[in-house]
Amino acid sequence: MTLSRTAKILLSLVALLAGAFIYVPLGVILINSFSADRSLTWPPSGFTTEWWGKAIDNEGVRSALWTSVWVGLVATAMALVLGTLLAFALGRYRFFGRETVSLLVVLPISLPGIVTGIALNNVFTSFLGGLTIWTLIIGHVTFCIVVVYNNAIARIRRMGSSLEEASADLGASSVRTFALVTFPMMRSAIIAGAILAFGLSFDEIIVTTFTAGPGITTLPIWIYQNLFRPNNAPIVNVVAAMLVIISIIPIYVAQRVSSDDERGAGVM
Amino acid sequence: MTDSVAIRLRGLTRRFGDVVAVDGVDLDVMDGEFLTLLGPSGSGKTTVLRMIAGFERPDAGLIELGGADVTRVPPYGRDVNTVFQDYALFPHMTVQENVEYGLRVKKVAKAERRERAQAALESVRLDGYGDRAPSQLSGGQRQRVALARALVNRPKVLLLDEPLGALDLKLREEMQVELKEIQRGVGITFVFVTHDQDEALTMSDRIAVFNAGRIEQLGSPTEVYEHPATPFVAGFVGTSNLLEQAAAQAVLGKPGTWSVRPEKIRVIGTDEPVREGEHAVRGTVREVIYVGMSTRFVVDLEVGGSLMAVQQNAEGSTDLGHMRGQPVLLVWNTRHEYKVAD
Repeated sequence: MTLSRTAKILLSLVALLAGAFIYVPLGVILINSFSADRSLTWPPSGFTTEWWGKAIDNEGVRSALWTSVWVGLVATAMALVLGTLLAFALGRYRFFGRETVSLLVVLPISLPGIVTGIALNNVFTSFLGGLTIWTLIIGHVTFCIVVVYNNAIARIRRMGSSLEEASADLGASSVRTFALVTFPMMRSAIIAGAILAFGLSFDEIIVTTFTAGPGITTLPIWIYQNLFRPNNAPIVNVVAAMLVIISIIPIYVAQRVSSDDERGAGVM
Repeated sequence: MTDSVAIRLRGLTRRFGDVVAVDGVDLDVMDGEFLTLLGPSGSGKTTVLRMIAGFERPDAGLIELGGADVTRVPPYGRDVNTVFQDYALFPHMTVQENVEYGLRVKKVAKAERRERAQAALESVRLDGYGDRAPSQLSGGQRQRVALARALVNRPKVLLLDEPLGALDLKLREEMQVELKEIQRGVGITFVFVTHDQDEALTMSDRIAVFNAGRIEQLGSPTEVYEHPATPFVAGFVGTSNLLEQAAAQAVLGKPGTWSVRPEKIRVIGTDEPVREGEHAVRGTVREVIYVGMSTRFVVDLEVGGSLMAVQQNAEGSTDLGHMRGQPVLLVWNTRHEYKVAD
């Protein structure tokens, strides 16, 4: 497709503007985390690494970070197992109610977090004896499953079954076929799903609010609680900046993994 | 070819819902034979192949490989290998790893499998391609890797599911010759599925013509082509050229439906003499089609129906368009007419 000169300039401007809206505020946070001022003032009056030092030494930040990582890892692991098994069941076998199950699996991603949160909260407090870190993890699994499932089923559909047939034909048992053909073909999709699931869990705040046991603070919850305490405002900036930097890594890895795969698996 | 049976099928039946895909097929494939399952899509030929490989379970019937009942044996327990229509090469492995796969899962030592895979790649003229990814190969090369991957295991039987379908005409014709040579060289039984009658006639020792889940005719290419057993075979293998009921009665003086192959029919002027032992029928040329090597005439018969005749374009003028609308006489030796139905 060729575009006229005016259209090109116009499109570039729009793209630039859209990009600026997303990334300039993030840049401001990053700059502010090195600002010598206590409050959010612009332009900053000086440069300091004091807040970074304080943030790293802050007991609350450390324990919140550790909680977030732990919750994210466990929720991702559970979602990986359940989501992948679901994808195989729905992608490979025909049974009564298959379409309905497929809809029910994907639905939680579009449900408002506050609805999921209240519903889970009701069930946990009235039937399961209250909130703990495990209720929080289960809450996160409900939406983590969806991204794992979506990635896995897309790959299963594209892969078809002839590669597995070829493997069986060449003498490999079902277990060897899974180890040598199915899993390697699925690997990048599973990794991408896991990274997205971890990312979702790591920055989730609404479901977390309703399902976390007393005294359990994840990083986003810590930010929310400390945002309006004047003393902690600069540290909040640092934590936010850290989150931005930490988020870039898995997304970059996920993109690399799936683009490698495009090249490798393009032709069967 | 020896006299022992490599594959024995008895009463093989497979249904998909209400559809009977394969309907009580009996078939013996001989050791070292090149047998083709020929038929239109949906005739059950691929399902038969998939049942021999073990990918589909028959609803009824028996499958024996080399005398042993394998009806309930999973694919990895059968001494057969398959060349798939879409090749099914493992995209995450190199060509060499693909070819070694069968030996690897059978725990053949690394040095030996390396050597055998290289020999197999050489036999399909792909030596030096071992380190490439399947995605870096052309369609014809992938086809040959699939062949090497199957042959390296030295199976008793090789199953080929329309393996040339994705190739262009020229390459397909080359591969037909090459496949036939490889089959003669290794002496393995080949069961080849195709819907292409030329391919079947070119390569096979015997052809099983499939229609609606059943074998309509089983025989050598000559038998199937020259003596079609049913109107379906006459139509599917070659051009259906039928004299039906009243027309047969009028021309041949015999009842039933009869077939004459187009190249056995001569087109002559109405005043030319008919030779001893020939049948003749009057008609009007409806269409003259020039196809390079030959010219096809479609002739409407006075007794009803029409026949096609093919004449070689030997020498002299080959533009026979002026014959359109002319009355002619079609003549053929009586030994070329075959009864295909009562």
